[in-house]
Amino acid sequence: MSEFEPKIVAFCCNFCAFAAADLAGAMRLQYSHSVRIIRLPCTGKVDTIHLLKALEDGADGVFVAGCLEGQCHYLEGNLRAKKRVAYAKRLLAEAGIAPERIDMFNLSSAMGGRFAEIVEEMTERITKLGPVYTAKDL
Amino acid sequence: MIVADRKPFEEILDSIKDYKKIMLMGCGGCVTICFSGGSKAVELLASQIKMAKKKQGKEIEIIECTPERQCEYEFIDACKEQIESTDAILSIACGVGVQTMNERFPDSITLPGQNTKFMGYPVKHALWEERCAGCGDCVLEWTGGLCPIARCAKKLFNGPCGGSSEGICEVDKDTDCVWQLIYDRLKRLNKLDNLLAIRQPRDWRTSTNAGQRKVKFEEAML
Repeated sequence: MSEFEPKIVAFCCNFCAFAAADLAGAMRLQYSHSVRIIRLPCTGKVDTIHLLKALEDGADGVFVAGCLEGQCHYLEGNLRAKKRVAYAKRLLAEAGIAPERIDMFNLSSAMGGRFAEIVEEMTERITKLGPVYTAKDL
Repeated sequence: MIVADRKPFEEILDSIKDYKKIMLMGCGGCVTICFSGGSKAVELLASQIKMAKKKQGKEIEIIECTPERQCEYEFIDACKEQIESTDAILSIACGVGVQTMNERFPDSITLPGQNTKFMGYPVKHALWEERCAGCGDCVLEWTGGLCPIARCAKKLFNGPCGGSSEGICEVDKDTDCVWQLIYDRLKRLNKLDNLLAIRQPRDWRTSTNAGQRKVKFEEAML
């Protein structure tokens, strides 16, 4: 049986994480190809349903990457995203799915290295957990 | 508005365990405002149920529908055809919505996904407090606009009781003693005399103590 390669969806803010991913590329940093980036104008655009739908429709892990707290371009979009991520974690746990499959990270546009680290961290975590519907999560 | 709170997920899952195709029905009225039963809540619950079922290795088909109001035939009739193709309906409207569905579609079972709590309003964003008990004989006129039935643990008409301490109810440290609030408000309005008036004993038949209540508006009846 081939080794499990997780699919991870990353909801990235245009002003920080997306730019950081760009920087990671410019810096020639290597990170796992498990990640699929979705560019958002702000992580405040993320709704809880987007996080759940990603897992429902084939992703094994999801993360939201927004600006450092206090540095949101729209003041509090990342703080709202943080609450929605927490809500999604609760709903997942109720459904018998490991809440660690969803997480939120904060970084600035200058942190290309950190972006690569986050992808590696999530890939490692989700690989350990296994495919979302066949793994014994909880 | 009517405030409702979603039932525990396990209870919901158990109630639909025998069905393969359900309709998940929200309501665009009160429960949308309290975040527990609107179209967004329907989407979230449907997704959660589908994931839980997949996790158990089972499948379920869910049709989502959120009419403007679930408590009137005119709005729910639009879902009739879809309802006929499902094994059961899971409603996340208030208890009135669930019963309207069961009466309108007697061949389908409509199950409740919510616990209907009270009539209240949001004292701040995402926090609702009870304000009206629907007792059928309003006393707000002489209590300074504060309801001692909905907001006093003992439903007293001559409070505060001995459990009131520094304006807080002994039942819950986060709840104000409504009789303290009534006193303060009447004092502010210079109407403390309201509390000295001798009143007839309360007739609780106007409340839920005398069976089902009805309201008729004769002139508007067809």
